[in-house]
Amino acid sequence: MADFDAIVVGAGPAGSAAALELARDGRSVCLLERGPFPGSKNMYGGVVYGRILDTLLPGWWEEVPVQRWVTRRMTMVMTGHQAFTVDYRTERWGEPPYNGATTLRPDFDSWLAAKAEAAGAELVCSTTATGLLRDGDRVVGVRTDRPDGDLTAEVVIACDGVNSFLAKEAGLYGEVDAENYTVGVKETIALPREVIDERFAVRGDHGADIEILGCTGDVPGGGFVYTNAESLAVGLVLHLPALAAGGRRPEELLAGMKAHPAIAPLVEGGEVKEYSAHVIPEAGYDMMPELIGDGILVAGDAAAMCLAAGIWLEGVNFAIGSGAAAGRAAARAIRRRDTSAEGLAGYRTRLESSFVLADHRKLRDAPKLVMSDFAQRQVPGLLCGAAEQMFQVTDPDPKPGLLRILRDEMKRNGVKARDAARMGLRALRTFG
Amino acid sequence: MSVDSYPDVSFEARMGTVEFRVHERPHITVDDRKCVDCSVRGCITACPANLFVPTADGGILFNYEQCFECGTCYLVCNEEGAITWTYPEGGHGVTFHYS
Repeated sequence: MADFDAIVVGAGPAGSAAALELARDGRSVCLLERGPFPGSKNMYGGVVYGRILDTLLPGWWEEVPVQRWVTRRMTMVMTGHQAFTVDYRTERWGEPPYNGATTLRPDFDSWLAAKAEAAGAELVCSTTATGLLRDGDRVVGVRTDRPDGDLTAEVVIACDGVNSFLAKEAGLYGEVDAENYTVGVKETIALPREVIDERFAVRGDHGADIEILGCTGDVPGGGFVYTNAESLAVGLVLHLPALAAGGRRPEELLAGMKAHPAIAPLVEGGEVKEYSAHVIPEAGYDMMPELIGDGILVAGDAAAMCLAAGIWLEGVNFAIGSGAAAGRAAARAIRRRDTSAEGLAGYRTRLESSFVLADHRKLRDAPKLVMSDFAQRQVPGLLCGAAEQMFQVTDPDPKPGLLRILRDEMKRNGVKARDAARMGLRALRTFG
Repeated sequence: MSVDSYPDVSFEARMGTVEFRVHERPHITVDDRKCVDCSVRGCITACPANLFVPTADGGILFNYEQCFECGTCYLVCNEEGAITWTYPEGGHGVTFHYS
């Protein structure tokens, strides 16, 4: 007889969603967390897209610990001295059912874990799962760092984050390649609420979100500025191999973005409240491990379900979606007394019929496209240059005309018409 | 507008904002005999906590205490077996509050 029906490793959004669904099904479930509280090991860009919670926790927005609801979404491309921004705002995103929210992970993850607990899951913090227990090829539990810390279960759900040593130990990952990863570094910068309201032109619990391309020097990546209630989340995402091969450290690159004329006035006078760093599974669908083994499922960042697709930067929603699907599939398999890979196969079916794998499969080329020299350097240079020429009044010379501006800027940025057409087609195929 | 008009925090002050509940067992160890042959040394540039310091004799000095547990070092490491990487004991290590 196993200690639990299921052990979920990691009380992040994937783990808590899995534990919640298992507990609701009446299964006994142990939710292990290596940090002193849920979210204490977690760091992210800063926005949670909550619609996945509509079915899981109806009315979630009444109680979720939110910093601000994002009503202003900006995508900015920059060069050393220029910035070009697409700035969309709607007050409707500040009303139910909302779109994105900024929240701090210790708050959000603790809130979601408490939901799993309330449903009957047993949350055990300050406990590291150090390895798998196996019976032949079958996973039958986990080893923990507690005295007499072996725990057995019918199913183990590995929601142990981007490094997922459990999924690797289970043989579900192929070769791990640094090419597929980025590292995020972030400063949480304290500023008075009124100052944030003024600088970002938002009011009350409404907030802004800026995603930035062209702000990471020679290292492919991107940047972000998000408004919390009384702080900003300002950070960079940096491609690991290029970062390691280059000469500039993450905090230097971040200081560079913070000093840019488009960003500096936003962060001026703020005090760094906390610095943080976390690795991100960047490559999406193409780096995903096997999601199912005998007695084991993998969800969230552990399964590389973070969506880093440039226009869309999401992860917590994919974690919750995959975790909930894993919890439901595991509960059904436990009830049917078949937790072999075959018995657990419903997990993949559920993911394929939901946004989790549908979006990832559709956008599988997006991470590579976003990290390409074209998107990283040529597009920002071209858009900024074209905007400058377009908006700059050239009297007494006549206006150059849009086509000439485009030709000029393509030449200046080393973009050949043939390559631009090819990349344009590729972008259409990816995002269309 | 230059970097100087918005002075950045020192690295020590930056790391001073982070809580680390340090356990006596180093959760990461570096066998720097292997680092002597490494021409890349990506860890020195990439580790967000700047925990890898080159020594005069071509080795690497490593201290685990202010580690973010992010995984960057083992992912960029070029020398098989130079870095032994585990998570700290439960309840220990980096503890974020505003992340």
